[in-house]
Amino acid sequence: MHDVLKFITCGSVDDGKSTLIGHLLYDTKKLYADQVQRLELDSRVINRTQGLDYSLLLDGLSAEREQGITIDVAYRYFNTDARNFIVADTPGHIQYTRNMAVGASFADCAILLVDATLGLLEQTKRHTRICSLMGIKHFILAVNKMDLVSYKEDIYNKIIQQYLEFSQEFPMNSLVCIPLSATIGDNLSVLSSNMPWYQGSTLLHALETVDVSQTSFETVICPIQRVNRPHAKYRGFQGQLLSGTLHVNDVITLYPSLVKATVDAIHVGFENREFATQGENVDIQFKEHVDASRGQVIVKGDGVKSATQFQATLLWMDDQPLEVGKVYTLKCGTRSVSANIMSIKHKIDIQTSAHLSAKMLEKNDIGVVTLSVTHPLVFTPFDKFKGLGSFILIDRLSHMTSCAGIIHYDLYRSSNIHPQSLSVDASLRAQLKAQKPMTIWFLGLSGSGKSTIANALDRRLYQEGFHTMLLDGDNVRLGLNENLGFTTSDRHENIRRVAHVCKLMNDAGLIVFASLITPSHEDQYLVESILGENVKIVYVSTPLEECIRRDVKGLYQKAIDQKIPHFTGISAPFDVPHRAHATIDTSLVTIEDAVEIVYKLIKDK
Amino acid sequence: MANLNHLQQLESEAIFILREVVAECERPVMLYSIGKDSSVMLHLALKAFYPAKPPFPFLHIDTTWKFKEMIEFRDNRMKELGLELIVHTNQEGVRNNINPFDHQASYTDIMKTQALKEALDLYKFTAAFGGGRRDEEKSRAKERIFSFRNPQHGWDPQNQRPECWNIYNTQIHPQESIRVFPLSNWTEKDIWEYIKQENIPIVPLYFAKQRPVIERDGNIIMVDDERLQVKGNEVIEHKSVRFRTLGCYPLTGGVYSYANTLDEVVKETLGSVNSERTSRVIDYDGQASMERRKKEGYF
Repeated sequence: MHDVLKFITCGSVDDGKSTLIGHLLYDTKKLYADQVQRLELDSRVINRTQGLDYSLLLDGLSAEREQGITIDVAYRYFNTDARNFIVADTPGHIQYTRNMAVGASFADCAILLVDATLGLLEQTKRHTRICSLMGIKHFILAVNKMDLVSYKEDIYNKIIQQYLEFSQEFPMNSLVCIPLSATIGDNLSVLSSNMPWYQGSTLLHALETVDVSQTSFETVICPIQRVNRPHAKYRGFQGQLLSGTLHVNDVITLYPSLVKATVDAIHVGFENREFATQGENVDIQFKEHVDASRGQVIVKGDGVKSATQFQATLLWMDDQPLEVGKVYTLKCGTRSVSANIMSIKHKIDIQTSAHLSAKMLEKNDIGVVTLSVTHPLVFTPFDKFKGLGSFILIDRLSHMTSCAGIIHYDLYRSSNIHPQSLSVDASLRAQLKAQKPMTIWFLGLSGSGKSTIANALDRRLYQEGFHTMLLDGDNVRLGLNENLGFTTSDRHENIRRVAHVCKLMNDAGLIVFASLITPSHEDQYLVESILGENVKIVYVSTPLEECIRRDVKGLYQKAIDQKIPHFTGISAPFDVPHRAHATIDTSLVTIEDAVEIVYKLIKDK
Repeated sequence: MANLNHLQQLESEAIFILREVVAECERPVMLYSIGKDSSVMLHLALKAFYPAKPPFPFLHIDTTWKFKEMIEFRDNRMKELGLELIVHTNQEGVRNNINPFDHQASYTDIMKTQALKEALDLYKFTAAFGGGRRDEEKSRAKERIFSFRNPQHGWDPQNQRPECWNIYNTQIHPQESIRVFPLSNWTEKDIWEYIKQENIPIVPLYFAKQRPVIERDGNIIMVDDERLQVKGNEVIEHKSVRFRTLGCYPLTGGVYSYANTLDEVVKETLGSVNSERTSRVIDYDGQASMERRKKEGYF
């Protein structure tokens, strides 16, 4: 049994990429007769060139065939006596950077196609950068169309010289350069007599022999996928062993809780094993009763950490640009957490690698950012170990995979500020006050009655001897948040700060009333993700017409007269929350009744 | 994963995907078409959750035109393993007597695509495992492992979610669903080698045996029951045939063969000059027919 090499081909339409792979498939006789017939038929129908058009084997979707370009990633399979191959064939144009990244994330080796008639172009540099970013360490520079430059050695030499200089900034474990012609077949599977000056590997030989095995990372890393419970006495932790070898009786550490446990039994498939190795899917039972679940990581050895703030590089893939302050779902390994982009350090010019300042990242942009997550994330720096160093961000509303990301390191401030395990903890503080701390978050339009209800409630609880605090959006903006404006990202930041203040006050044992418009779903998610179970959302749903009619602060009139920009309800949207613990329309109920509704909510808890 | 060989790597990838879907998706189901790919998928599911049984039901879309031996095999296998099987047939299609002879173009749509959509809606499945492989057909080669469907089960090939590393995004909106293809990276050769290595039971139709057949439009069609109307110039002959793929018997062409052991079948198949889809009669209705059907919700 031999192994499999996953590789990607990079180049644009005119470089003859699909022709190259099509010809390789043809040469290795992996084409069945009916596919050859259809190929000949298609060649006649579409007729881009004379004779057999090998590229037609690969351009799968009919829309793409009509446009004559490869839009998506196509996967192809072939094998020789030495190896099995999976090829990810991806488009090369700059607008398809994300498709190339998808293919590159899958591959261990990249073929970079250069058109000998054009020389080394910026696009090859871009392709190298994308592949390197996604973790590829093995490259083959295929200088194609040598037949069109009369097989001249000096043309080839000039191209590879330029490439060698350029590629020094990228960590490569191997680089092979080959002059060839995909159409004619020179140096694909046999050395060509047209280029007697080249005595290196053929392309096929290079693919058969490249050694992509990674330097062994001995730490056992196994993110828990799920808990297997066939019956009450069996509790198996299932996951894929990303690295290392795990034995029965090994003492492992669960991250991020740092709880230790001893391996009692390992199942791989139907077998009961003494040990399991990298790549295998295991089902592990522990001797101790451990409370572990999906997202935690079984670790034995060094090199794994947990943190809440990171520096990372993102390759943005979504039509919706990246916004600072917006909350995304981050998935790393089997762990999903809420993540917030704190800042964009810079954008990388994909052609020149220059650092550019940027306020947002758009589709196909690559940028370095700092981000924070709501719960500790177990990770390895990407350049040490890909398995827990890569992640995706998911848009919480559209559910789109917004970007591919790699973690460089955790930020100084989060790694050096360990959560202090104080001897007086939040529950003791709460006990002293004889109350259950929580945050009641009032959201709704300006003038809907949020602050009025919050104030009345605050008075009532104070009279009953509770320890409370009131945070009003307007007042907070005069102090803590005086440096923030009303742009979308400033509004996110406003919410984020207030939610964290609420959290601190809850930890101090207080019941907090926060009253802020909280206009977008992102803002609402942010509040929930920071405060978790300790927040009760009260949506004050008084209709806009009623709020305008009241116009207590005279703001609606100003907004209608366009004297205030971005005013929620008039010139900025308000998203009705997906869920709220209570919804109160003050045009229908009295303040006393509203207070009663929320009071019950607090008492019920 | 350099320490694993080729088949072990494919198996590992597939089991990881099965577990990931069960961990993240609300209501998964495994499509069970009784063919060799389904047999491999079933075997992987047994392995992935052992010692528990696969924590999802199996769904068979029965067009009522499957080979009798397939149905028999299906029922025995499910009973023997103690698994939950759901069989769904488009009853309206049956009432209208939709059949592969009189309704060539619409038959597949009504009895397979519509029936599948009906079943997925009826049981509110949010994720369905399918045995599709990327080496089968050009438009499959571009489909992601996690393929998203809108509430009408349509596929939008131009707007697929990027799939990076093995981090799968399983988030969907209400009424949307995911088709998941754990065997995406397997080839026909891998399937056969794995069946052999793991000793996986498959339907006897894959092995050569004397069977009553006719030749129609260049295909060898088995006369599995009396519903197959033999035309004037056709003769029922008993010949040694086997099938490379299995589906509805009037639409599945066999091959003349004496290969009646797994080794012989594998040897013949892998040395074959034709790709496996030529034995499916439905593939011929137009150059891009598979892509069109998939956009409409076909698996």
